[in-house]
Amino acid sequence: MNQLISLSGIRRTYQMGGETLHALDGIDLSIQQNDYVAVIGSSGSGKSTLMNIIGCLDTPSEGHYRLADEDVSEMTGQQLAAVRNRRIGFIFQSFNLLPRVDALHNVMQPLVYQRVSYRQRKARAQELLERVGLSGRMGHQPNELSGGQRQRVAIARALVTAPSILLADEPTGNLDSSTTADILNLFDELHREGQTIIMVTHEPDIARRCHRQVRLKDGQIIEDSRSAMTTGKEEH
Amino acid sequence: MAILWEALRSALRAIAVSKMRSFLTSLGIIIGVASIIAVVSLVQGLEESITSQFEGYGSNSLFIQQRRDNYGRLIGDLTDDDLLKLKGIDGISAISPQTFVFEYSGVQYEGEQHSADVVGVMPDYAEMDSSYPELGRFITTTDADSRKKVAVIGPKVRDELGMPENPIGEFIQYGPHWLKVIGVLESKGQMMGQDLDNYVYIPYPTAVGIMGYQQQPFVIFVVRVEDVNRIDSITERVEQTLRRNHGLKPGDDNDFMIQSADQVLQSIGQITQVITWVFGGIVGISLLVGGIGIMNIMLVSVTERTREVGICKALGATRADILLQFLLEAVIISLIGGIVGLGLGFAIGAGVAGMIPNFPPSEVPAWAVFLALGFSSGVGIVFGILPAAKAARLDPIDALRYE
Repeated sequence: MNQLISLSGIRRTYQMGGETLHALDGIDLSIQQNDYVAVIGSSGSGKSTLMNIIGCLDTPSEGHYRLADEDVSEMTGQQLAAVRNRRIGFIFQSFNLLPRVDALHNVMQPLVYQRVSYRQRKARAQELLERVGLSGRMGHQPNELSGGQRQRVAIARALVTAPSILLADEPTGNLDSSTTADILNLFDELHREGQTIIMVTHEPDIARRCHRQVRLKDGQIIEDSRSAMTTGKEEH
Repeated sequence: MAILWEALRSALRAIAVSKMRSFLTSLGIIIGVASIIAVVSLVQGLEESITSQFEGYGSNSLFIQQRRDNYGRLIGDLTDDDLLKLKGIDGISAISPQTFVFEYSGVQYEGEQHSADVVGVMPDYAEMDSSYPELGRFITTTDADSRKKVAVIGPKVRDELGMPENPIGEFIQYGPHWLKVIGVLESKGQMMGQDLDNYVYIPYPTAVGIMGYQQQPFVIFVVRVEDVNRIDSITERVEQTLRRNHGLKPGDDNDFMIQSADQVLQSIGQITQVITWVFGGIVGISLLVGGIGIMNIMLVSVTERTREVGICKALGATRADILLQFLLEAVIISLIGGIVGLGLGFAIGAGVAGMIPNFPPSEVPAWAVFLALGFSSGVGIVFGILPAAKAARLDPIDALRYE
């Protein structure tokens, strides 16, 4: 397996009223292609900060982050934007769809920043919306969609640029149990198709479904275990 | 190019979502641009009309007109007796009164309507204005003395009215008055946008008769001096003669004005320029206020859409992408304001010109259109840059967390 992410000696500190806060305190982590990782930990453990750094929304105060053989920790804001655009697909707990913009155009949006032509953007977005089972909802605005449908649109949007990593932050936190199962099944499918997925969650059930669990506490990794099965056969 | 188009689309969408707010935001620009266009169109129309009356005369011409008081009312009169006395001055080769008749709009011939300037003049005018008849004859002293309803027309008037090639003896209608065509002038073409072939000349006394009830018609005496080097001394003679004839005592102000052709054009230019600048200043202030309004609303809009900005940044938007989007939004709002203002100002100018009797039609020069649109988009850029920069600078993590 190819190494996709390599974090070495990552620290992230914040200055809070004269005091130095260590949100991440020396993280070493490698993630291979087609890994299916759950990042777990209590609130304040640093998992959000870790996700922000992996997602190139934040840069480490110390240490090196290599993503697909590029040293991301040395990049400028503009370069980081390009990396987010091409390599990362974000999925948020609160969906974060653009309001007043229909599902199709939401999914098309990341391709705008790649200067892809309208026709190609539209074709690609339609393809992804069909993939997540929303071919009949393309013209609907977010407020006309259910929570599960909104998250599907968000997943389609995350996938539209064929990113290296799907980065999901509590993706089912706002969903009921049956919709949660649907969305998780979708993640499993994507993983089987070869997608690398990193998911922040605080639910042990969901974490167990992933093939690797990384547990954080006080900005450090205290557990990094791998489930016995690595081919994602466990359908419930 | 694609990104510009996309930013434009997204800006238009944001504007379309809050139409009322966008309209109110651009109201300052609308009012500013509308007022400058209205004023400029009126002033320009007026200038065009006045200037055209003086163009075509040589530098050996003098113009005598009634003076106006501070309220623009005419003081004093220029009478037929004045005319007679001035004729006697040595060195004056020709003199004619000239009055524009705005009583009715346009002339008619067999159902055809055409708008031409109807001017009352005396026989001397032909030589001064180099208006020579190609067919028939010019106005004669006999025509003037007996107030004949006759007309000498420019070739354009004949063509526009669809009259026969030789219209001598035909009658054209001006309001209720029937004017017999006695001559057609040689074509003089155009000068500074003014069609010199679009005049209908009638005897001055006839013109006075048509205006009838107007106690003080606006009259200009056009004088030609024989020797341009003597123009100063002749001007002095004219002044003395008129003062004596008007019974003015030493120390009294003149109730008339004497100007040379060059002076007239110059002073008209000055007046209109001052008016234009003064209004330009006022409009500048209103555009400033409009711009501040735009900035205010854009700042609110950036705050409201903080999360949206965060999402776009997470999806890969660069600072430049975000900046462009908000900047374009501000520019579009103010440009729409500019275009609406342009239309409104044009309508107001035309409406006011139409409502005031004897007022020449308004005219919007091309430079005013470009200035108005350039200014309003400039306002959008200047006052949109701060909110746009604020949006572009937002930290994506904070922005995504924003509620």
